[in-house]
Amino acid sequence: MKKSIILASLIFTVFSVSAQKYFTKEGKVYFHSKTQMEKIEATNSKATSVIDFSTGAIEWGVLVKAFKFEKALMQEHFNENYLESNKFPKSTFKGKIENVSSIQLGKDGSYPVVIKGTLYMHGVSKPVTANATFVVKGGAISGTSKLRVLLADHNITVPAVVKDNISKEVEISISADYSVFK
Amino acid sequence: MKKVLLAFICALAFIPVTYAQEDDLLSLLGEEETTDYANAAFKTNRVINLHSLENTAAGVFDFKISHRFGFISGGVQELFGLDASTIRIGGDYGITNRLMVGFGRSSYEKTYDVFGKYKLLRQSSGKKTMPITAALFASAAIKTTPFSDPERDNYFSSRLYYTWQLILGRKFSEGFSLQVSPTLVHRNLTATVAEKNDVYAVAGAGRIKLSKRIALNAEYIYVLPDQIASRYRNSLSLGFDIETGGHVFQLHFTNSTSMIEKGFVTETSGNWLDGDIHFGFNVSRVFTFKNFEHE
Repeated sequence: MKKSIILASLIFTVFSVSAQKYFTKEGKVYFHSKTQMEKIEATNSKATSVIDFSTGAIEWGVLVKAFKFEKALMQEHFNENYLESNKFPKSTFKGKIENVSSIQLGKDGSYPVVIKGTLYMHGVSKPVTANATFVVKGGAISGTSKLRVLLADHNITVPAVVKDNISKEVEISISADYSVFK
Repeated sequence: MKKVLLAFICALAFIPVTYAQEDDLLSLLGEEETTDYANAAFKTNRVINLHSLENTAAGVFDFKISHRFGFISGGVQELFGLDASTIRIGGDYGITNRLMVGFGRSSYEKTYDVFGKYKLLRQSSGKKTMPITAALFASAAIKTTPFSDPERDNYFSSRLYYTWQLILGRKFSEGFSLQVSPTLVHRNLTATVAEKNDVYAVAGAGRIKLSKRIALNAEYIYVLPDQIASRYRNSLSLGFDIETGGHVFQLHFTNSTSMIEKGFVTETSGNWLDGDIHFGFNVSRVFTFKNFEHE
């Protein structure tokens, strides 16, 4: 009798913890930079992310090479000259949802939150704060966010000859549909 | 006592258990292995004269203007060759990421050429591992200058030249790439009987990246003995690739006048030691016509 209760409570404990973790392997990261000369945009739809709603911890990871551009040459230069994907294959974000307790996973609704953390890109880590929104609908959770990143912050240099073609700041849009991590 | 214990255990179940903070949540998902194709072993699809193991990407048109000035040995009188020039204007197009075609017209012997290049193997690491890139290259050229002997029976086929090449190469590191290409040039008509219709050669080429946007290239073509006239030599070229956004400028020194295989493999006349060197350049400008997914 005692043993079965212990067992049951153990199972319950494990369950209640794992139900707090959500993940995706098909998160979307889109960025664009627009100048009068050139519009540069790329999408990575194979980003991975895990959120632990019990602690508010959130992580994102992308393979730099998985960004797809319309122009092949842009993609090559992005990997070769700017992000140097052979040297720095992965970019990550590790942070915390500040007001995680405001998100009620059991209740449909839209929950605006603030996420603070560290963006690691091109070998440089920088603190970032971004506004994000989580939407809970019928048990499904999705999240979106936007942030602006200065190329100079991450040691990404633009040569003088193409200075007018590439903006100093890029806007990154992020979205993902999360599933329960079992 | 028992009841207290029971209640305690039950209560435990409802207390949110905080595990020791994991510092890597993403590792929960495990690493998914992906295939990582090596790219940009060379800045363009040409080393200097030779085709490199790179292709024009699918849907991209690469407009090429190539120039060779006269021999530097021409001295001050010829302004070190700058007074004379031969040119090839051409364009390459990527049909798929593995197959490209191209055409061109050279002022040297008024020659038109067409070619195709297909990547058989692509160097990759990760899930699929392939140590080298291999490409098959084939071209045909038509020389349109008047026949040297208009009196004899001249056939159209006598104007035709064909080249086959297997390009094997590897990007060893970010800064170093090497390739070897066994080559066969077929000439329907040769100047003398002693010269062979089929000429076998082995071409080698390499690149060292000097900075993100500048690379040093070299290529050498060894023609197997007793196939071409004795005045012809092996082709040797050295040059720089300079990349600026959509353009690649290739500046080089070469002892070959022609910019197509049939010419630079079998008809290179300059001797480096005598200063018979052409200064030259290739300018490449790409235009994206159609959007594909690029690897």
